Order: sequence, then structure tokens, then C-alpha cells
Amino acid sequence: MNKVSPRMALPALLFAAAQCVSVPSVYAAELSVTLAIPKLDVAEYHKPYVAIWIENNSTKAVTNLAVWYDADMRNNEGEKWLKDMRQWWRRSGRTLQMPVDGVTGATKGPGEHSLQLRFGTQPLHELDEGDYTLRAEAAREVGGREVLNLPFSWPLNSSANDANRTKGGGISVTQSGTEELGSVTLRIQP
Amino acid sequence: MLNKNLLKTLLLSALVSASLSVQAHRAWIVPQETVLSGENRWVSFDAAVSNDIFLANYNPGRFSDVQVINPDGSAGQVENLHTGKYRSVFDLPLTQEGTYRLLLASSGLRALWEEDGQRRMYPGRGEQYSAEGFAKAVPDNAEKLSIIQSSRRMETFVTLGAPTRTALAPTQQGLELVAVTHPNDLFAGEEATFRFLIDGEAAQGADVTLIREGTRYRNAQEEITLKTNSNGEITVRWNGAGRYFLEAEYKDNKAQKPATVRSGSYVAVLEVLPD
Repeated sequence: MNKVSPRMALPALLFAAAQCVSVPSVYAAELSVTLAIPKLDVAEYHKPYVAIWIENNSTKAVTNLAVWYDADMRNNEGEKWLKDMRQWWRRSGRTLQMPVDGVTGATKGPGEHSLQLRFGTQPLHELDEGDYTLRAEAAREVGGREVLNLPFSWPLNSSANDANRTKGGGISVTQSGTEELGSVTLRIQP
Repeated sequence: MLNKNLLKTLLLSALVSASLSVQAHRAWIVPQETVLSGENRWVSFDAAVSNDIFLANYNPGRFSDVQVINPDGSAGQVENLHTGKYRSVFDLPLTQEGTYRLLLASSGLRALWEEDGQRRMYPGRGEQYSAEGFAKAVPDNAEKLSIIQSSRRMETFVTLGAPTRTALAPTQQGLELVAVTHPNDLFAGEEATFRFLIDGEAAQGADVTLIREGTRYRNAQEEITLKTNSNGEITVRWNGAGRYFLEAEYKDNKAQKPATVRSGSYVAVLEVLPD
């Protein structure tokens, strides 16, 4: 790599930052979500449909991280209940062609499930500077529906993240559901 | 004096549907669901004439003329129409993605006059409007004649996949709703804006009433009453999630001659989802 004079380095860096680096770098931040599906003592149990996505502060869905539904049913019948995840459906689902590579998957039973994603790598593309909400929504047949909202700001060093700061400059945000979702934790490490 | 030829021309040019009598009381078409996903989906509808919101206990109405506008603007058709004692039922196969509009609309002239001191009207109660009937019933020299240009429209909307707007295009005839907020994208915690047009122009001062379903399980109707502004618009703050009966009434004196009064009524059933 050529040496750049200190004078040039700062504008060049700023320019790169403004472009919001779409090139994956070895320094790309990592995002993880752990989501608990509660064990329910009910007569008829169906695994919930779950969607996890990121919205910007104008409630536009930016990135779908995961959608778990009955993708393997005959004649795509499992798509019939996608709209029961009402918020996800209006923000994103209704304009998607299902299934989505790297996003959709089979429903999951009670227990803790996790996602590990790297910014700049599908399906998690780079974010522009701003305030975001990671949203997790669950809807269960003959059951209820619940949506949890986990706010964060980008870039990570934004002062809005200070309350959720972890060692090493990352953040950790947790919300707990009461019906269809257990604890949902978002962690981002630089 | 009435020019019968002019009248006939007007009458023939009017959109005539046989369903005026359905709307003597409150009438409604209620979709079982309005927001759908997946493939090979159908929606079932209940329709009736009844003053109790969505409680079919008066008469089943006449819904054989219900029209469907598909998402691409073409005409669709309901299937399995069944007329029960109190309720009509039919189904709509959703063959395209997007928003469907179901409607019954009619417009025409109504005449009120006196004969030998008796009040007369055409069309009479339960009578179907027709140009010939009008010409026959209303005498040339009718006393105290007033002619009303009236329009009625009843609608509901369902969407498979993402909402679209082709089927929502206004006809520029009678009183109609222009959905500023999409009628299948309504949420309890959000305001919705609707605009009303009369013959294609802003209907200012229309009275709009909205009633959420389930009046049987509460002591008050809890109706929302609004008046359209100079742009013909209302902004609705919902009384929670549920299906709503929306009714708008409009009247002015800008009728096409020989009518002297122009009136319009509009009914829609809208579903509002929880946030």
C-alpha cells in the first residue's frame, strides 16, 4: 500500500466513511441475536412464525435477518400465515418473493436460537449513519402474536448507544416478551 | 315544465344498477379477512341489510349485482353466492396479487311531487329505478315537483400481497372515497386520511360516520362523526382495531338539470388491525 500524507488521509477516510463502505472489510462489525421461544403448556401447539429485521427511524425495513415459517408445506400453503406477523408483513414481507436465500428457514421450537451475522455480508448489508430498531415478531397458529423492539444507533460509537455499551466498544440490548417471545438480545461487536 | 327528451337522455346516461333498494337500511359487505398472504387464496364475504353493524338480522339484501375490480383493473366475479334468510354469502378467488375492490353502485334521478294533495315519489319504496319507469311515473305537469340527482355506493377492499391502487381509481361519478391512506393498510394506532369526491370534485361538508364492529357488546355506539374539509378530506383516529362501518352523506344544489338537488351516499367496510 502506498503511503498517504497525513494531510490527505483524513479527507480520504471521511470520504470512505461517507460512502458507507459496501466492501466487506476484515474489520466488519459482527451482529448477533439470541431469541428465546418460550415453552408453552397448551393443548394444541404450533411452532411460531418468527421474523427478525432491522428498520430505520422512518419505519422502513432495511434488512431482513431471519424469517422462520412453514416453507416446506405442500403448494406453499405455509405462506398463508406470513401476514399474521403483521408488522413484518407491512414493512417488508408483502413485497418479498418467498423464500429468500439466507433469510428464510424452517420454524423452530421452544428454546434459545441465535443468529451470527457480519455487516457487509448477506443478508446484513452496511448501515448508513442513523437510529435503527431491530424488531422481532412472533405469531403462532391458535396462539398469539408479539413484537419486541430493540433500538440502537449506527455507527456504534454514537452517544445514543452509551446506555447499552459493553466492554470493547460494542453494545448489548435486551428485551423480554411476555407471551410468544422470551428474551431477545441484540449484540454488536466492532 | 319538464323536457322529457332531455330527461330521458340524462336518465339513460346515468349508471343504473338494480340495487338501490338494498340501501334503504344500513347495508354492508363484510370480508372475513382483508390482508392475505400466500397462493390460491379466497376470501369469503357476508353481506346483509341490517341496522345492527355486521349482525345479520333483518334481510339478506340483493347482492347478485356485486361488482369486482381486480388489481389490474379488469372485472372479476364473485362465486358461490348464497342468499339466506338474513344474510348473503359469497366468495372471491384471489387470482392476482394486489388490491381488489368490491362494490355496488347506482345513480339516477328521484322525483318527489304532489298529486291531489298526496305526496308521490319515484322510484317508490322497494321499486327499482329505470328510465322508462321514471318517464311513465312522473306526470308532465306534476305539482311541486323536485327532482334529486342521487348516487349510492357500497364498497369493501381486500388485498393479497402488497397493496396496489389500480382498482381504487375513482369513477368521477357520484359520491366516492379516494383512499389517501390505503384501505387495507389501516392500523389502530395510526391516523388515516380519506378524501371524498362528488362527481369528481372535492365533496366539502360531507357527514361521515364510522362505527366499529361489536356494538352488541357495548352500551354505546361509540361512533366517530366527522365532516369533510374544503379538500373533501377527513382524518380518522380509530377507536381501536376491528372492522368499521363507514357511511358518508353529501347534499348540495349543484345538480344537473332538471334535478335541483344533488345527493350522494357512500358506505365502506374497512378493517383496522392492531399495531
